[in-house]
Amino acid sequence: MRLLPFLPALVVTALLFGGGLLLGGLQSLGYAPALGQTALKLDAYRDLFADRSFWAALGLTAWVATASTFLAAVFGTAFALLLQRAGAGGRLRFLFGLTLPIPHLVASVLTLLLISQSGLLSRLTLAAGITSGPQDFPALLYDRRGLGILLELVWKETPFIGLNVLAALTRLDPRLNEVARTLGAGRWTRLVRVTLPLIRPALLSSGILVFAFSLSSFEVPALLGATSPTTLPVLAYRAFTDTDLSTRAEALAISMVVAALGGALVWGYVRATGRGGRG
Amino acid sequence: MVSRTLLKSTLTLGLGVSALLPVVLLAVWSFAGRWYFPALWPSEWSVRAWQSVFSPTSQVWTALWGSLWVASVTAVLGTAIALPAARALSLGTVRVKGLLSALLLAPLVLPSFASVMGIQVIFIRLGLADTRPGVVLAHLIPVVPYAVVLLGGVFGGYDARLEGAARTLGASRSQVFWRVTLPVILPGVLVSLLFAFLVSWSEYLLTLIVGGGQVLTLPLLLFSAVQGGDYAITGALSLLYIAPTLAVFAVIAPRVQGWRT
Repeated sequence: MRLLPFLPALVVTALLFGGGLLLGGLQSLGYAPALGQTALKLDAYRDLFADRSFWAALGLTAWVATASTFLAAVFGTAFALLLQRAGAGGRLRFLFGLTLPIPHLVASVLTLLLISQSGLLSRLTLAAGITSGPQDFPALLYDRRGLGILLELVWKETPFIGLNVLAALTRLDPRLNEVARTLGAGRWTRLVRVTLPLIRPALLSSGILVFAFSLSSFEVPALLGATSPTTLPVLAYRAFTDTDLSTRAEALAISMVVAALGGALVWGYVRATGRGGRG
Repeated sequence: MVSRTLLKSTLTLGLGVSALLPVVLLAVWSFAGRWYFPALWPSEWSVRAWQSVFSPTSQVWTALWGSLWVASVTAVLGTAIALPAARALSLGTVRVKGLLSALLLAPLVLPSFASVMGIQVIFIRLGLADTRPGVVLAHLIPVVPYAVVLLGGVFGGYDARLEGAARTLGASRSQVFWRVTLPVILPGVLVSLLFAFLVSWSEYLLTLIVGGGQVLTLPLLLFSAVQGGDYAITGALSLLYIAPTLAVFAVIAPRVQGWRT
């Protein structure tokens, strides 16, 4: 039986994970046999789409995920190019990657200690005479635009994208750049027309992972974001733990929206990369 | 050439400082007795936070044991589950490879919390809710796909003909696994174990959903410390929490290119 080796892994990813999503979908449609409700209806989604706080959360979630992915991609690529120019050895790459094993919870704590209005940066700007007190320091945390969340995500994800791009850069044939140079291409042209297209696959695949992660991140917005608007995962968890059991359907409806956003993104990615083939 | 050396030392210095800063900041806070705005440095030092963290009645022991239990069991199970799949995926000639990879890797891009919220009704019925085994099952969802990817790379350069040769020489199937396959893939298996440990160790939301606050792990304790606003305790707990992750990273960083937690 050729599929036998896949069975244990499929039990986790298809049965447990896929089954969980399916059950979540059913419960978002109001399916709750324990409460005697077996009819499927769209009430939870209707309520959700009529709720302003849902749209605010959707907007914030999409903004934070898009902006953090974009900035991490820009900074990550810049660092990868710099590290390659410096002839990045193991030690430099190790230092660059050292934020990776720090859990997001601790990274959020660090963000809080650094950039809150009474944090270290605010104290430094006061000491330097740039600000005149905590209220003078920009409110980056608990703000409507999720700047604190954004900062944490960019800090954590830049090395992830950067190391993936760096791996792609080291695989590149250096002769390509030399040929372009002999043909008269300047430094900028070579970057845009030769290097960037070749590292695009690595950039895209790591970007997708960062975007998907940012969409469903919980600790970061829970600690650094405003109570309202918050992000979809926080909203979903609040509804899930509400003592009123009828909000269960709403919690799962929000979760299904997050899953749909992630699914749509991957579908687009597969379509975009599938057309040009692999490589 | 001069500019290159300069760039290298600038990068080393900059990245070194930014890598060191978090640990220093947490350490200073953990020993701060009084450190009010706008002081740049604690005005009073104290070992109160560390004393309270390591006091015999502290919840830290329960949380530490909970984290260790869940992450170790998840790492071993996750790696064992992913191993045959990774091997078959890189060596085998399955026709539905694309579909299988999609099914195996889906949890990397879709929210696992959505699935765990959905399956919680079943966990409650089976008595898995609020228990460590239940939390392990939930953690396996993000861990197995990573282990499949990591172990797939190990089998990329593996020559399966070695096993055939051992079989012709009269070795039994289990002898082939323990004496031929495992020694060859052992470094990769260790990396996968450590990485899986790290993913589970860093998990917060899934533990909260399935454990319902009954299964205490370090991140749960740390989260309430932050919300309580006691930054000395927060600093001490954070250091305790990241010490193993930094150690694990130092061991496996040279071996892993892509990395996500």
